[in-house]
Amino acid sequence: MKSLQSIIENHPFFKGLEPRFLELVTGCASNVRFEAGQPIFRQGDEANQFYLIRQGKVALEVCPPNCEPIVVQTTSDGEILGWAWIVPPYHYHCDAIATELTRAIQFDGQCLRKKCQEDHSLGYTMLSRLLPVIGQTMEATQLQLTDVYGNRS
Amino acid sequence: MSNNVHDPMVPQIYEVTKRIRETHDSFSLYLESKSNSVISNFGPGQFNMIYAFGVGEVPISISGQVEKFGHLIHTIRNVGTVTSALNALKKGHKLGLRGPFGSSWPIEKCKKQDVVLIAGGIGLAPLRPAIYALLKERDQFGEIAVLYGARHPTDLLFTKEFENWRGKYGVQVKVTVDTADREWKGNVGVVTTLVPRVSFDPNNTIAMICGPEIMMKFSVLSLKQSGMSEENIFITMERNMKCAIGFCGHCQFGPAFVCKDGPVFSYNNIKPFFETRDF
Repeated sequence: MKSLQSIIENHPFFKGLEPRFLELVTGCASNVRFEAGQPIFRQGDEANQFYLIRQGKVALEVCPPNCEPIVVQTTSDGEILGWAWIVPPYHYHCDAIATELTRAIQFDGQCLRKKCQEDHSLGYTMLSRLLPVIGQTMEATQLQLTDVYGNRS
Repeated sequence: MSNNVHDPMVPQIYEVTKRIRETHDSFSLYLESKSNSVISNFGPGQFNMIYAFGVGEVPISISGQVEKFGHLIHTIRNVGTVTSALNALKKGHKLGLRGPFGSSWPIEKCKKQDVVLIAGGIGLAPLRPAIYALLKERDQFGEIAVLYGARHPTDLLFTKEFENWRGKYGVQVKVTVDTADREWKGNVGVVTTLVPRVSFDPNNTIAMICGPEIMMKFSVLSLKQSGMSEENIFITMERNMKCAIGFCGHCQFGPAFVCKDGPVFSYNNIKPFFETRDF
């Protein structure tokens, strides 16, 4: 059976992480699983968790007033879920629901934040790994907003 | 290529033998030649000029393989006057057809290499003959990945073929849509998010992309981020094609005519124009 540390070390998000940082982040981590259809967090909830998806699929939904929820993104194996734990005011921006059996590593956001405050090198490392993911999400959102498939012959 | 020497500006008569509704706004026409001069062969990626009598002519990529001599398949999105007239055609109706025109996907170049095909929306139609060509000689190629994005699950083309491609030929088929409701259990997000989710050797891969230009632009970026070099990326361009033989200049794109030098281009060759705003 793989140790928690080995799973974290081999997840693409933490690939190549310095051993001392690996030890620090592992201290905030635990194994979790979500059944298909199980909510993981809701828009507006305190963002106290951050997840590495090991296996499965999670839908990120927005709920316009008086409308059915719209899935705007899915995240799956080898990807991450949630970045609001590091950005004040630490609230989630959408709903997350497992669409199939999902296994993940859950990090306690408060624990991680505390360690990032105490060790700014860890904080910088975390941000430099999170920012490309946030940037890619923003680029993807721009592309979605342009509705590229809408009017092409 | 036509069997007989034929004036490329004169349409040949084809009859609709079958019409399939593919999505809410796209359809496939199965065509059979009614003249002596028939298209017996074409390259994947080539297009024909299809003439709806009394309405007009549009360039449409060939979307299926030639199964029988003189037969063709075209998948069309109903977005304008001519495509609307073509949409109204039923079995037994006739249309005019000139072609095939333009360049093809580089299937020979793909041998002994991995192949990544990225399609957006109706863009899967021009890529389908390339997929068929790859599957016909499956053992000649390494990994094959088909990454397909559309606006909504109801806009996806040829979905019944995906399981066959996966199961029988070991193709990595990944599909995503821009938005969906909870009924959709697949991926949601732009097609570029699928690139890191498939396995291929970026140093030994040919990529073919077909879709809206902005989608192709981001797909190229994503492939380059994965380590691919530009000379191994091929894209297909769409412009206002009229004569289809490089005379009229309507489809001029920099120094090239899309109808004659394209529609399939090596990204390297058109990069300066592709990245120029308003070009």
